[in-house]
Amino acid sequence: MSTLLDTHPLEKILENPQKDFHSVRAMGKDAFLKQGLPSAKAEEYKFTNLTKKLSQNFDSFEIAADFELTEEQVNHAIFEGFDGYRLVFANGYFHDGLSSKIEGLTISKLEESSLPLGSIAKAEKDPFAALNQASFEGGAQIALAKNTQIDKPILILNFINPSNGNLIQPRIWFETGDFGEATFIEQQIQLEAGDYFLNEVKEIKGGRNSHIHWYRIQNEGKDAISMSNIETDIQQDATFTSVNISLSGHMVRNNLSLNLLGSNSEGNMYGLYLTNGNTHVDNHTNVDHTIPHAESNELYKGVLTDNSRGVFNGKIFVRQDAQKTNAFQQNNNILLSENATVNTKPQLEIWADDVKCSHGCTTGQLDEEALFYLQARGIGKDKAKGLLLYAFAGEVLENIKDDSFKAYCINLIQERLGTNLS
Amino acid sequence: MSKDNEILEEFTTKEYEHGWSVNYEADEAPIGLNEDIIKWISAKKEEPQWLLNWRLKAFDTFKKMTEPEWANVHYPKIDLQKLRYYSAPKQGKKPKTLDEVDPELLQIYERLGINLNEQKRLQGIAVDAVLDSVSVATTFKETLSKLGIVFCSFSEAVKEHPELVKKYLGSVVPITDNYYAALNSAVFSDGSFCYIPKGVRCPMELSTYFRINAANTGQFERTLIVAEDESYVSYLEGCTAPQRDENQLHAAVVEIYAATNAEVKYSTVQNWFPGDKNGKGGIYNFVTKRGLCAGDHSKISWTQVETGSAVTWKYPSCVLKGDYSVGEFYSVAVTNNYQQADTGTKMIHIGKNTKSRIVSKGISAGKSQNSYRGQVQVMKRAHNSRNFSQCDSLLMGDRCGAHTFPYIDINNPTAKVEHEATTSKIGEDQIFYCNQRGIDTEDAVALIVNGYAKEVLNQLPMEFAVEAQKLLALTLEGSVG
Repeated sequence: MSTLLDTHPLEKILENPQKDFHSVRAMGKDAFLKQGLPSAKAEEYKFTNLTKKLSQNFDSFEIAADFELTEEQVNHAIFEGFDGYRLVFANGYFHDGLSSKIEGLTISKLEESSLPLGSIAKAEKDPFAALNQASFEGGAQIALAKNTQIDKPILILNFINPSNGNLIQPRIWFETGDFGEATFIEQQIQLEAGDYFLNEVKEIKGGRNSHIHWYRIQNEGKDAISMSNIETDIQQDATFTSVNISLSGHMVRNNLSLNLLGSNSEGNMYGLYLTNGNTHVDNHTNVDHTIPHAESNELYKGVLTDNSRGVFNGKIFVRQDAQKTNAFQQNNNILLSENATVNTKPQLEIWADDVKCSHGCTTGQLDEEALFYLQARGIGKDKAKGLLLYAFAGEVLENIKDDSFKAYCINLIQERLGTNLS
Repeated sequence: MSKDNEILEEFTTKEYEHGWSVNYEADEAPIGLNEDIIKWISAKKEEPQWLLNWRLKAFDTFKKMTEPEWANVHYPKIDLQKLRYYSAPKQGKKPKTLDEVDPELLQIYERLGINLNEQKRLQGIAVDAVLDSVSVATTFKETLSKLGIVFCSFSEAVKEHPELVKKYLGSVVPITDNYYAALNSAVFSDGSFCYIPKGVRCPMELSTYFRINAANTGQFERTLIVAEDESYVSYLEGCTAPQRDENQLHAAVVEIYAATNAEVKYSTVQNWFPGDKNGKGGIYNFVTKRGLCAGDHSKISWTQVETGSAVTWKYPSCVLKGDYSVGEFYSVAVTNNYQQADTGTKMIHIGKNTKSRIVSKGISAGKSQNSYRGQVQVMKRAHNSRNFSQCDSLLMGDRCGAHTFPYIDINNPTAKVEHEATTSKIGEDQIFYCNQRGIDTEDAVALIVNGYAKEVLNQLPMEFAVEAQKLLALTLEGSVG
């Protein structure tokens, strides 16, 4: 194997044999060893050198262990105004006792299931997905019964305590029956300060005519290195909508892949990254149009200040059979400081002829005239800036259909922009 | 519909019209690539020692490099050792005027429709004709030299203006730039050299015409254009090659240097042999083209119409170093049958208030693959820089592909960068709109396609625009219904 891998602390993780999912883990290990950790030259990790960052920040890794949580801790962590169900995890391990019982939804620990793990989020596509597949701990299977619509949002809270191990590798398998509908809100709660590497994988399988809303907010500590792989299969007449909001972290990488597998299916991806300090946020999205008559929409927006860096790589892949595809993608960035950087690569790969695909991408700053307009009406410059930025971000937030979560995000964003209007 | 298919059929089965070759006695280097060959070429061209050293240094660099694989093209590799690096038509001695040039060679160009006989021309375009490895004739030399303009073959420039060549050679594309640029630097045989002195506006279009004739030969020409302060030049380049079953390599380097207030316009109609309809043969076109806007307020504009070559790998770029400098890139790339094109541009904003504009129109038909790959980079010091990019793709037929890989790297908050891209086939609503107004489908398609490429074709000088429109028309008409 490469010398990099031999000396890298992550490599040692693979030495410990795991108890369950022998063949799945073996496949993950093979895929990881085959790919190796991405080097600085690897196209997919060109601007996000996780390999280097991990070896700089960590001498060794220890797989995180489960820990006890109290009802108070959980109640305290839930954001204000939330009305819905909750699923509680600690370092990726599911806590049944603290979680809501939801009619139509069955949740079990992964180790009790015999799922084809890795069949949606394939290990050979990404080395970190492979690493998770080889060495995940805990995790859960969530299944939504056929014809069931969950009336309220489901909050997935993952509590993180780095003192119980600095390598946290949660894994979730979510599956809906036909005509199922559910909204998930996902959040990490860090209990104690400390460096950690979060390497999550989520595999999502939508049934026919199912509607899944998946919201994520990343507002972790300044030390957090976070890697996420979400991959979803979308069947006929189904929709999947993702809203991802990144507000902090040390280095954040989100891989989001949608596979449109049935006609009239729809995939929507929305993202917002507001970064400051030295935060580095990288969003890689991939839409795979495999069949005719499907649609995908994508909008990612970024506001970057201080020394932060935003990376966006959006790929629309339209296969030969995928005629009548509509695929739209947009990425807009505002740079507010000298040292902020944006690297964006909106990609189209199209093999079918009867399609409508477009992408647009802009980078710039606030409109001077709009600023002047507001100032002329007695609004101070800082506040006017904040207002404009908030309006810029608003286009993404509009896609959050749950009011309490939307209000919570708006609050956090206004606090950041210094324009608390209430 | 059936008529559309007929026309499409007619085009796709159409043979490459420049596919003939001519037998002439040639002066050739032995096959293979090594230091001795480089010394042989250098000696053949009676080059000074510094140039030979420069070549050998490039060869050293080349040996340490590996062939790039990142491009979205797939092709059987070329064995560089099996190529011939120098092939020249045999001539007694260097001709002084056109009358002394072998009439057989002139006939080659006559057949291509390039008239080297300057008297016959009403409207002047100065042509430098390059056959395989050497320049055979340059027209209008005297008219140009009265203005102080130097326009000649590269080897002549090395002999007559060594100080200029020495100063600018490799200053825009260094030998370490990339694999093919290094190879070119080591083995380049000829090309064109153009120098526009301070304050001169070149009164006519300068043009180079490249032709590969010999088999098993790679063509490695080098073009160097230097525009001094407040000068202007418009430069054209055209190319064809005979139809052969094996793939041939064309690895050229074009360097443009623009000083303060200078403007250079470079237009290409590339029509190398694209291979037959089964994808056999054709030219590998691996070209490095770069312009340096060194002075303030300078401007470099690239316009290209790419219709030929089996595999194209070409990114004409602008380095915007001077403040207020401007870079432009206009491209129409058409691929058909099994052609593959990975083309685009790089705009590197270094100076303040620099501007760039990219308009790329890709058209893919048959089983071809057409990729746009571009980079817009704004450096930390490039305050108030501005970029606008538009890359559209048109797909015809369900076995072809269109791909877009734009890289946008921004390090300055005052930069304004826009990029947009669309991919579609010709809209039925557009055709319907025309039909409704009494324009039949056939004409409507022609109208829409013309409009689609117009933004780029408008940038071409008249003579080239006509040629380009003819090339496009053949490819496009009737292929969408």
